[in-house]
Amino acid sequence: MSAGGRLPRWAEYGLLPLVNLAAALLLSGIVVRLIGESPWAALKLMVAGAFGSQDSIGYTLFYATDFVFTGLAVAVAFHAGLFNIGGEGQAYIGGLGVGLVGLAMGAWSAWVVIPAMIAAGCVFGAAWAFVPAWLQARRGSHIVITTIMFNFIASALMTYLLVNVLIRPGQQSPESREFGPGAVMPAMTDVLGRMGIKFASSPFNLASALALAACLLVWLFLWRTRWGYALRVVGQNPQAAVYAGISPERTTIVAMLLSGALAGCLGVNELAGSQHRILLDFPGGAGIVGIAVALMGRNHPLGILASSLLFGALYQGGSQLSFDMPHVNRDMVILIQGLVILFCGAMENLFRRPLAALLGAASR
Amino acid sequence: MKRLLPLLALMAALAPSVRAADFSPAIIYDFGGKFDRSFNQSASEGVQRFKKETGIAAREFEIQNASQREQIMRQFARRGASIIVAVGFTQASAVETVAKEYPDVKFTLVDAVVDLPNVESIVFREQESSFLCGMAAALASKTGKVGFVGGMDIPLIRKFALGYRAGVAYVNPKDEVFENMTGTTPAAWTNPSEGAELAKSQFGRGADVVFHAAGATGVGVMQAAADAGLLSIGCDSNQDYLHPGSVLTSALKRVDVAVYTAFSEARKGTWRPGVKVLGLAEEGVGVSIDEFNRKLVSPDMEARLNQARADIISGKITVPEYKSP
Amino acid sequence: MGIDKRFGAVHANRDVNLSVARGSIHGLIGENGAGKSTLMNIVYGFHRADRGEIRVNGRAVQIGRPRDSIDAGIGMVHQHFMLVENFSVLENVVLGAEGGRLLGKGLAAARAGLEALARDYGLDVPLDAETGHLPVGLQQRVEILKALHHRAEILILDEPTAVLTPPEADQLFRMLSLLRDQGKTVVLVTHKLREIMAVTDRVTVMRQGAVVHETATRDTSPKALAEQMVGRSVSLRVEKGPASPGPVLLEVRNLCVSDRLGVPRVKSASFALRAGEIVGIAGVSGNGQTELLEALTGIRRPTSGEVLLSGRALTPKGLGPRGLRSLGVAHVPEDRLKMGVVSSFSAEDNVILGYHDRGAFARGGFFRRGAIRADCVAKMSAFDVRPTDPSLRITSFSGGNQQKLVLAREMDCGPSVLIVGQPTRGVDIGAIEFIHRRIVELRDQGKAVLVVSVELDEIMGLSDRILVMAGGEVVGELPGAEATEETLGLMMAGVRREGSR
Repeated sequence: MSAGGRLPRWAEYGLLPLVNLAAALLLSGIVVRLIGESPWAALKLMVAGAFGSQDSIGYTLFYATDFVFTGLAVAVAFHAGLFNIGGEGQAYIGGLGVGLVGLAMGAWSAWVVIPAMIAAGCVFGAAWAFVPAWLQARRGSHIVITTIMFNFIASALMTYLLVNVLIRPGQQSPESREFGPGAVMPAMTDVLGRMGIKFASSPFNLASALALAACLLVWLFLWRTRWGYALRVVGQNPQAAVYAGISPERTTIVAMLLSGALAGCLGVNELAGSQHRILLDFPGGAGIVGIAVALMGRNHPLGILASSLLFGALYQGGSQLSFDMPHVNRDMVILIQGLVILFCGAMENLFRRPLAALLGAASR
Repeated sequence: MKRLLPLLALMAALAPSVRAADFSPAIIYDFGGKFDRSFNQSASEGVQRFKKETGIAAREFEIQNASQREQIMRQFARRGASIIVAVGFTQASAVETVAKEYPDVKFTLVDAVVDLPNVESIVFREQESSFLCGMAAALASKTGKVGFVGGMDIPLIRKFALGYRAGVAYVNPKDEVFENMTGTTPAAWTNPSEGAELAKSQFGRGADVVFHAAGATGVGVMQAAADAGLLSIGCDSNQDYLHPGSVLTSALKRVDVAVYTAFSEARKGTWRPGVKVLGLAEEGVGVSIDEFNRKLVSPDMEARLNQARADIISGKITVPEYKSP
Repeated sequence: MGIDKRFGAVHANRDVNLSVARGSIHGLIGENGAGKSTLMNIVYGFHRADRGEIRVNGRAVQIGRPRDSIDAGIGMVHQHFMLVENFSVLENVVLGAEGGRLLGKGLAAARAGLEALARDYGLDVPLDAETGHLPVGLQQRVEILKALHHRAEILILDEPTAVLTPPEADQLFRMLSLLRDQGKTVVLVTHKLREIMAVTDRVTVMRQGAVVHETATRDTSPKALAEQMVGRSVSLRVEKGPASPGPVLLEVRNLCVSDRLGVPRVKSASFALRAGEIVGIAGVSGNGQTELLEALTGIRRPTSGEVLLSGRALTPKGLGPRGLRSLGVAHVPEDRLKMGVVSSFSAEDNVILGYHDRGAFARGGFFRRGAIRADCVAKMSAFDVRPTDPSLRITSFSGGNQQKLVLAREMDCGPSVLIVGQPTRGVDIGAIEFIHRRIVELRDQGKAVLVVSVELDEIMGLSDRILVMAGGEVVGELPGAEATEETLGLMMAGVRREGSR
């Protein structure tokens, strides 16, 4: 942390984010007021919309799952000192892998197909991250630029494939046909139902468990293995890495492959879990939101879990808000989400000093 | 779930009375948003007209991401919507899913077909109006070169392009058609500056009439034509008024009529499921001639367009239709 | 009439009082982290004091930013020059005092003023040369000129000799004396006792943020000052017996190394390193020592020449740092924070750096956290690192303790050759003694040690043989016992004068 003002841990990871969130909501409230709606009612609607019923919780968790994958993807790269902006494209291509397996093996047993889909999502996502990684490691092409470019290329490639190759014959919409029954990630309503718990139907599916596992694995990898250690050394001090006999080039590539694989898992949640077909633009910006999620979560799996939940709630609550408040259209909702990103991500240090001063004064 | 039970019971008790008391229509717009000056806006005009005539306001929602389609549709259904209009082919699969879950709710899907007993599917023969636009472009062009700017490269837009080419070729087989798609993402519908760039480059290659089928991106196309003193052809809504004297005509797709009709039929009880194909014959598509472009359409041109229109309806002219692979 | 100040900052400075008489050279001495730099940064307006005041000529002044300090007549020459390298000397000097909106007029006026200054103080500098191309000694003069041009009456120099050859340092001291004689006031911040004794009138010793002693320089001795700095009696000499060199362990033949831009930095160096001896490489910083070290430790690939380890050729293909480590070549890098440690990591995570893939620390790729911690604790107690907390961030340790940890890491794995760059850079006197003793012990165990240092005292104290590098070449060799500062200084500087500059 560069700026002055050391905070105790609980304030650093608990209070500061809350203060930032409160500031963002306050400013959003003023905007809501300006367009003639009650900010208090809007906030209640958002909270109820995100957590008020089982199906809204289901949607919140479903969106959060996307963000966990893309957030982790950004974080892993970040620990290696790489700013991977290409989560969107890696998720998109990862989804292609998921979808191709779903289309080809849909009739097989789910016990075979689902692991194959996950593997394909990882491999495709990683493959899409490989080229920018290689260019960075061997040619020094800046990863930010190349990954952004690869988002566009992914989009063009997917549109081409969906419009010309994968489209279900005789229909307008560029979507593939539906996957077979084996390629459906079990919905949570069924999983919990089998365990005797009733849970309303929503896209919330078992991919969320995969996301939790990914959090744990990323944590283990980064802080408990020598490969994760090497990756962090490269990210923190490339010269020390060379000194220690760690190749920054190879580590760059490994980190990006992992990052791409994590992003590729988004396809498991969206396609295998919810849409059951390949369709246009299914990542829907989650790859980009992942940057904010990682930033807010301090690139730590636990933090990413928490900020993913927040963003999931903002997505779901925001959509309910615009559903119930006719004056709050979707642009307003995007504005509110933007404010949260601004305060919690970009300007996170705004309240650090005053807070540190306040706490310092109180403890003295 | 326990806490929800009383609430559900209450809702169940109230629901029939609500439905009996008033008619509650709902509409879900697609990605472009209801002010895209094009396809979605046309649908929104149908909603406005219905409100003006009956005083009943429809509940509206603009889609932001793919998962919302089903979610919102389900929510409308649960909250007692009498009819749900889903605008845009991307909503087809959502309609298919949700309509099955709510067999008592009426669904009208615009631009795609879903075969269910409670779904009305409305599709248009855009190729027919595009054909007429192609003819108009060829007739108005002095250079023998005309342009087409599509939005996102999808089958629907290729359908427009194919009809347009056929129309140009019908007038003058030697005329050249420049065809450009704006992009491959949904952002291609909302990028006027890119639209203007594409139009300018087509003008640079000698085109003097350009037809857009690009949603809000088309606004830029038409602006570029107006700036260059050349001609453009509008799409979906009647866009002749945007740049009087520069917009040759507009390919009309009466989404407004479709939406309005669906709402009123549902209200009167005459709404029927099934597929409705609206072409020139049904006046679901057409080309505009009004006070804004009167001077641009010569009597000869108008006569030929009318003749072609009649020939298409009678089947004398067959307009090719794009088939997705 | 000098400055007087009081502080109540938590640790860095504790109620420090310092008064400097006009027209004197005042030395401020103390170990790293004693609070010298903090104090000077407060005076110069980089930091703000929590309590206390600064008086110039008896008048209290408010100093909140460097501008205030300059206005009060205080000029500072930082250890790392604050110059714009691609500006001319003239442009650098007027920076911050351009004198009006149009540059031309200000420049012309400044030129006249500077020429006068240069005459008065013997500060000859080519005004139109590009600053970055000047030798460091001259760059330092530019800094001094700049301060004088800004009408400084009080000049603060922070560790000014760190980058200079001994003759350059002497020249600087002559300049400072001249300035004093003209009525300027000079504060010399340093940790080198020799300089204090050579040039200052009075000296203030700081320890742990507080002033512990102040005296006229002629009333004190280096030994007394050192003891006041450390707070206990210290030995300034390295205690060691005679070396008993064994077989050659590392041999370098005609080694040439280029930097990243392809500029040759080491030119055909040849020497041998025997078991049981310490060989020191002396030289002014930037004369190829860094590249030589990097080539010997596998970080940089030589362009030509041979390196032999126990008679086995390692070149031309070379081994990476990892391979060399496994062959028993350990390396303490010159720049600890840039290369030797990862500053955001804990002590224990730094102690495995370079050895993280050894079975003792990782099984099947997974770290054995318990083993790592136990190992770190063991190294900490063996090398007297305090506090003994392996989970503490490395930067929370003092420079000396950091260096001891790095040394522990590299010595503890049983190397046969230890290559040490700047063994005591940024290390307090107490730790210096400890580190030197450990290096000698390693030698006495029959290992070969190569030491590169810019501190002549250190080279002379430690080495059994001394090689001098200048302009990328090994220009001479002396037995450690015969070397004096003068002979080494001449070798370091003499070749430079004939060389490429």
